[in-house]
Amino acid sequence: MNDTVFVREGVYHDSVALMRVSRALSELPGTAVAIVAMATELNLELARDLGFELPPAGPGDLLVALRGPDTAAAAHELDRHLAELSSAGPAREAEQPPLTTRSAARGGGADLALVSVPGEHAFAEAMDAIEAGLPVMVFSDGVPVGSERLLKERADERGVLVMGPDCGTAVVGGVGLGFANVLRPGPVGLVAASGTGAQQVSCLLDLAGVGVSHVLGVGGRDLSAAVGGLSTVRALRMLDEDPATELIVLVSKPPDPEVAGTVRQVVESLRTPVVEALLGSGTDLTAAAEAALRALGRPVPAWPCWDGSARRAVTVAGEDPGPLIGIYSGGTLCAEAALIAGAGEFTDYGDDVYTRGRAHPMIDPTLRLEALGKVPPGGVVLMDVVLGHAADPDPAARLAPAIAALPAAVVVALIGTEADPQDLLRQAAAFRDAGAVVFTSNAQAARHARDSL
Amino acid sequence: MTLLDGPPHVITAGAGLLADALREQAAAVTGVSWRPPLAGTADALARVLADPRRQAANDLAVRRLVSARPELAGVRRASEVLRTAERTFLHAGPPITWERASGPMRGALIGAMLFEGYADDEREAAARLAAGEVRLEPCHQHAAVGPMAGVVSPSMWLFEVRDTEHGGTAYCSLNEGLGKVLRYGAYGPEVLDRLRWMDGVLGPALSAAIGLTGPLDLRSLIAQALQMGDELHNRNRAATSLLLRELAPAISDAAPGHASEVLRFIAGNDHFFLNAGMAAAKVSTDAARDVPGSTLVVAMARNGTDFGVQVSGLGGRWFTGPAGVPDGLYLGAYGPGDANPDIGDSTITETSGLGGFAMAAAPAIVRFVGGEVADAVAATRSMYEITLAEHPAYQIPGLGFRGTPTGIDVTLVARTGLLPVVNTGIAGRIAGTGQVGAGLVSPPAEAFTAALRALSDAVADPFEV
Repeated sequence: MNDTVFVREGVYHDSVALMRVSRALSELPGTAVAIVAMATELNLELARDLGFELPPAGPGDLLVALRGPDTAAAAHELDRHLAELSSAGPAREAEQPPLTTRSAARGGGADLALVSVPGEHAFAEAMDAIEAGLPVMVFSDGVPVGSERLLKERADERGVLVMGPDCGTAVVGGVGLGFANVLRPGPVGLVAASGTGAQQVSCLLDLAGVGVSHVLGVGGRDLSAAVGGLSTVRALRMLDEDPATELIVLVSKPPDPEVAGTVRQVVESLRTPVVEALLGSGTDLTAAAEAALRALGRPVPAWPCWDGSARRAVTVAGEDPGPLIGIYSGGTLCAEAALIAGAGEFTDYGDDVYTRGRAHPMIDPTLRLEALGKVPPGGVVLMDVVLGHAADPDPAARLAPAIAALPAAVVVALIGTEADPQDLLRQAAAFRDAGAVVFTSNAQAARHARDSL
Repeated sequence: MTLLDGPPHVITAGAGLLADALREQAAAVTGVSWRPPLAGTADALARVLADPRRQAANDLAVRRLVSARPELAGVRRASEVLRTAERTFLHAGPPITWERASGPMRGALIGAMLFEGYADDEREAAARLAAGEVRLEPCHQHAAVGPMAGVVSPSMWLFEVRDTEHGGTAYCSLNEGLGKVLRYGAYGPEVLDRLRWMDGVLGPALSAAIGLTGPLDLRSLIAQALQMGDELHNRNRAATSLLLRELAPAISDAAPGHASEVLRFIAGNDHFFLNAGMAAAKVSTDAARDVPGSTLVVAMARNGTDFGVQVSGLGGRWFTGPAGVPDGLYLGAYGPGDANPDIGDSTITETSGLGGFAMAAAPAIVRFVGGEVADAVAATRSMYEITLAEHPAYQIPGLGFRGTPTGIDVTLVARTGLLPVVNTGIAGRIAGTGQVGAGLVSPPAEAFTAALRALSDAVADPFEV
């Protein structure tokens, strides 16, 4: 085995693009390990943990670490892949591509900016959009709350909406932004301070045959005292004005009491009825979806589930049950499951600390596969799999074999719709065949996992 | 249309995957080719971008820059118009001492000592300069600019350019021509003879001629020259011809005895207009100075040792980095080893949206930027990424009469990592050599990042919750 390590100063590509390059290189014969990543602290640590000796490098540099009996092919392929990434620019070579959101907005015609640059740089791009009078969705996480407050104040002066920061999903005019499920059009507008919370509610509605008008994310901190609910209030008003929206569902963690008062006043002033789903205050996302259905006078169906537990030999020990381990990619789904389960070790691998310079676990399963590999025998694993645009095109392809090999019971909360590109039914079948119990309701999955112990 | 009225056209900055997901849904996407900002600038950038004054301040500053109306108002002696102490020489770039001055700067200062009669020979001149007997001050400190060494001594004649829109005035010396000239640090007998002729013949003739014609509109002259293939820094052939056309009848009326030699001198120097253009650029950028909170660059200048920038919101402070050696084409047997680091105030042209920024207007000199017309177009196009406006009068025919990229924003330089494209002449390293070539030079990034940090230090923390 030989190690080849080098750093390319000032070469930048986004973490998702680099994840794909890493994966392509590690599949070459002669290469056992390939890390191609921006040299953030997290990625340097990852490479060091694998025993690579690293030269000095910073987050603006590209780190390449290759290991194998013959990494020459990988090094060669690397250049080809990077060249491809660099040339994936606009079709007209003579045109200068915009280098900032400001420059892109100057071209005119845009309605919205979607910012997913690393969190410490997101403020500049979002401010560009606001100054150009454009609403902005900040997908990036790791944006300081002071920056968020300032962006939202400026946006308020300009009369534009800021979705986020850390806004994972939105649907605007039928177009999904970020991690977005393929939802049928319909009468329900969502305002969500939680990306996966909004995905759960809208997917259950879709499974019940009810579509959405728009899903407007506001960021998990919007209803905190520091931010003051500025985006929630604006989003509520926008949906109230929207002729396609007949019912608004507001999904959030319990807000700051003072902010809750402000929001309540706004809610009461709207012509459109509002179903509030304030998580942790005795309700859950599934109950919120059911409340919305009732408000529309629609029947509440039995939420689809698939039980594959009979296919595996592992039985949970009755006398001395093992631990309940929650391995999540969605923050709100994780919090909801932990609350319902009451006990267990829950980790949200979509949290800031795991995503600095790395792709989100909905795209890159590496960290969750590692966590699955460490599950002790006899326990119960509870995990989410979120489908939709931008998510892993086939999550079961890598997660299902890992699940099948586990010496523990597995419960999967599968968040998606039948129209999602990954195909909900096919994914469910793959997890069921791997021996998991699969639920489309995360709350039901958590109850089942709790009751299995 | 409001956000919710239909499928949105989305600008995406960041993960390509999210842009791909939008394209798969047949949404209209404009992708930003995003890169991290220059190392170590993230915090300062956030603070400066959060400054509530910034956008309005920059709008005002750049509006003043592009609305300036420079007119050539006269040709006057430095001692008449500059308020300097006895025995003061002006020089190009940020402040410099004799000790740190490069070869061509020293040569030009020596030449000025001899020309003014402050010394009888080279050794004496150098000794007096080393002893600090003459004050050295930047041209920029006196509303003036000078090409290359930019040395202005009291008895030299200066172009006087007025901004009729905002009322400012700026000055620049008269161009001596090419070859062995004072501005490139040469001070031999032929250099001094020429300076004396300019002192006794050229200056008075031009002064009298402009007295007859009245002020000349330089804004429209520059606009025409851009459409005739000049970029107004390394190519001034069209502008010089246009100026000569305006002045020739008046010169022959005002100085009949010297008209043929004066006209022949101007006609023999393609760069004669450069100095008038520089004063026009200076008076325009000066109009944008001192707007609190503005991140607009109002001067870029080099003294042969340091490259310095000044920013509208930071008054007269200089932010410097080491001057680089230009990359270019060399005259005769000269090569990069003979080149002095970058020198001169002529980067005021780029600061005002001309020169390297208008490269696409000057296909005749594309060899400076890589050899192809496409390189010149790319150079100009890239400068729109770091500038705040497109000049309403200075237009480029080849780009569909798009205005030149004007008004460098320090925050955009830091964010994109793109440094201003600067065209320049190259001075010989050794005093007295003169010009050895011409080409492109890359400014030091630290001059811009230092200015950004100063802007950041000047604002209160906007993120306190």
